[in-house]
Amino acid sequence: MKRLAVNGDQAIALSWKQINPDVCASYPITPQTIIVEAFSDYVADGEVDTEYVCSESEHSSMSICIGASAAGARAVTATASAGLAFMWEMLYIAASMRLPVVMTVANRALSGPINIHCDHSDAMGARDSGWVQLFAENVQEAYDNSIMSFRIAEHMDVRLPVMNCLDGFIVTHAIESLTPMTDEQVKKFVGEYKAVHPLLDTKEPHAFGPFDMPEYYYEHKYQQAMAMNNVLPVIKEVSQEFEKVTGRHYDFIETYRTEDADYVAIAMGSTAGTMKAVVDDLRKEGHKVGCIKLRVFRPFPYQDVAKATEGKKAVAVMDRAISFGASGPLFADIRSAEFENRIHPRTVNYVYGLGGRDVGVEDLKTVFKQLESGSAKTINYLGVKQ
Amino acid sequence: MISIKEMADVPVKLTEGHRLCAGCAEPIIAKQVLLGTDKPVVVSNATGCFEVSTSGYPYNAWNVPWIHSAFENAAATISGVESAYRVLKRKGKVQDDIRFVAFAGDGATYDIGFQALSGAIERGHQFLFVCLNNEAYMNTGIQRSGATSKGAATTTCPSGTCIPGKREFPKDITKIIAAHDLPYAAQASPHNWKDLIEKSAKGFEANGPAFINVISPCPRGWRHESAMTIEIAKLAVETCLWPLYEFQDGKWKITGESKRIAEGTKEKRPIQDWIKSQGRFKHLLDPKWKNLADEFQENVDKKWEELIKLSKQ
Repeated sequence: MKRLAVNGDQAIALSWKQINPDVCASYPITPQTIIVEAFSDYVADGEVDTEYVCSESEHSSMSICIGASAAGARAVTATASAGLAFMWEMLYIAASMRLPVVMTVANRALSGPINIHCDHSDAMGARDSGWVQLFAENVQEAYDNSIMSFRIAEHMDVRLPVMNCLDGFIVTHAIESLTPMTDEQVKKFVGEYKAVHPLLDTKEPHAFGPFDMPEYYYEHKYQQAMAMNNVLPVIKEVSQEFEKVTGRHYDFIETYRTEDADYVAIAMGSTAGTMKAVVDDLRKEGHKVGCIKLRVFRPFPYQDVAKATEGKKAVAVMDRAISFGASGPLFADIRSAEFENRIHPRTVNYVYGLGGRDVGVEDLKTVFKQLESGSAKTINYLGVKQ
Repeated sequence: MISIKEMADVPVKLTEGHRLCAGCAEPIIAKQVLLGTDKPVVVSNATGCFEVSTSGYPYNAWNVPWIHSAFENAAATISGVESAYRVLKRKGKVQDDIRFVAFAGDGATYDIGFQALSGAIERGHQFLFVCLNNEAYMNTGIQRSGATSKGAATTTCPSGTCIPGKREFPKDITKIIAAHDLPYAAQASPHNWKDLIEKSAKGFEANGPAFINVISPCPRGWRHESAMTIEIAKLAVETCLWPLYEFQDGKWKITGESKRIAEGTKEKRPIQDWIKSQGRFKHLLDPKWKNLADEFQENVDKKWEELIKLSKQ
């Protein structure tokens, strides 16, 4: 397939066009808006059959996706920042109803102060909502994750909603080279949607969302936890099948020059790409450094992370979000993974890039230098003006 | 319109096994509304008494597909179901001719659910939205809502020595909904089952969104005997506090007993009868708050005259 020059949002819209979902409900918010604008062009030109609903809020977008999915439709939406925060209540409900809704999140800082640029605080706020969360490094990965997420969400061992995260502006608005799949490949890969007990089957009526008292609520949450436990094997299976079709390899994490590295940094999203360039530069200067990109954040791949950090002298965990009064959310998970596996490299936390603060090669070199010199504190605020 | 004899043979969509209070008007209203169509229906339900009491897992009083997702979004949820219906019908994956109805209390209509309702109406989804209006948040224990009557005591606007219950008149939500210029909107009462079923039938068959606001007496919240529910609903209409009317294709039409009152063939009862019928207004009988009772009557008269004027346009 011919390569295209598109930005991340356009790539997501293209993936949706190829998937041709039944219902798309959305509300504009920067930096997601290009997705639904581009998709509405496909709708207006009759290139998809999708029922496209311009909702009056993100809360309603997710409510519409819940109604549509429960009715028996494949439903998608996209949002960012405050829009995701506004959906918060409904995220939990979509997950608890085991509805395979797929949502793209163009990661953007949460207010306040109001800011439209990238960080991961929006997705981190949805961390415990019961959604599978994938993070993309670049436009190609955002597109690929989008295609794969339908297979993951709709797998009968899973039936949970999936959130595809891509960095606001850095990936959503940057034009990169994309190698798309053909329409036929996507159609075959994603397959026909299989509804479970749909509301529109009026001959066999089912109730969604009944009142659940202490006698059963806990068991339903347990079932949800067990479904989440099934996700990693399904992601592996889907990624392997995807590789057979496209030749592109994906795993829960990606290690880059870590095998013989003494010092390792871990990041999600676009920063992982910058980190690879930094590793190459420092390797040329003789530093034994490497980096890990985390692609799957929920469920958290504890074993893979622990294996990749084993035997390192020090590890820097890059958090593009703050959990006030505690460490960054990614840091807590990484340390937990190490502790569980009885490996204890010196592990430190770097909060960085909040509200779209640019993080370049020199900034990330500082991280490795501080790791090597042992001058890094437990929690560091990279590049903050004091 | 089917006869009352035929109605008795229609399979019930909401069974009697629910846990609503004795004397609650909500299941009576829902059953009447659901008699308004013989097509298959899908129900969306906002959080509230009606949802809690008809769905406690693993039991369920519904014989039709039913979804509850949250408090403020019954209209958004049903618009999602209806959107799925449109596309799956287009693709030939659904054959049935299905109708869609959302039930919500006054809080889930006038207050927290208003935005989702307004949006769904503006988008033109084909659904009937029914407000079960008991004029307060009854599920959480009788708190003030935007539908609560002026002078009524609730647990968050109690009648005290200084403040005599709610100080504001309720929103006129039916007119606000009508201002969306939707195909059909109406007010109804469960005491006039024929009027309510006819209105529901029009709502189900409207070419787009439809809205029916139904007065729903609540013995617990309004402080009246359980056996008096239908009498109280009737009184709301006879005092013209709750006129029966419909708004269809831009025209206002007064119906039922309200029509007879407007034509002068039926007496309009004083609001004092309404005040005396319920414990929530008890304090208004104190001469200290006579001005409030007078204001109540003046407001009812003013709104009633406005409606008559609209119906003559």
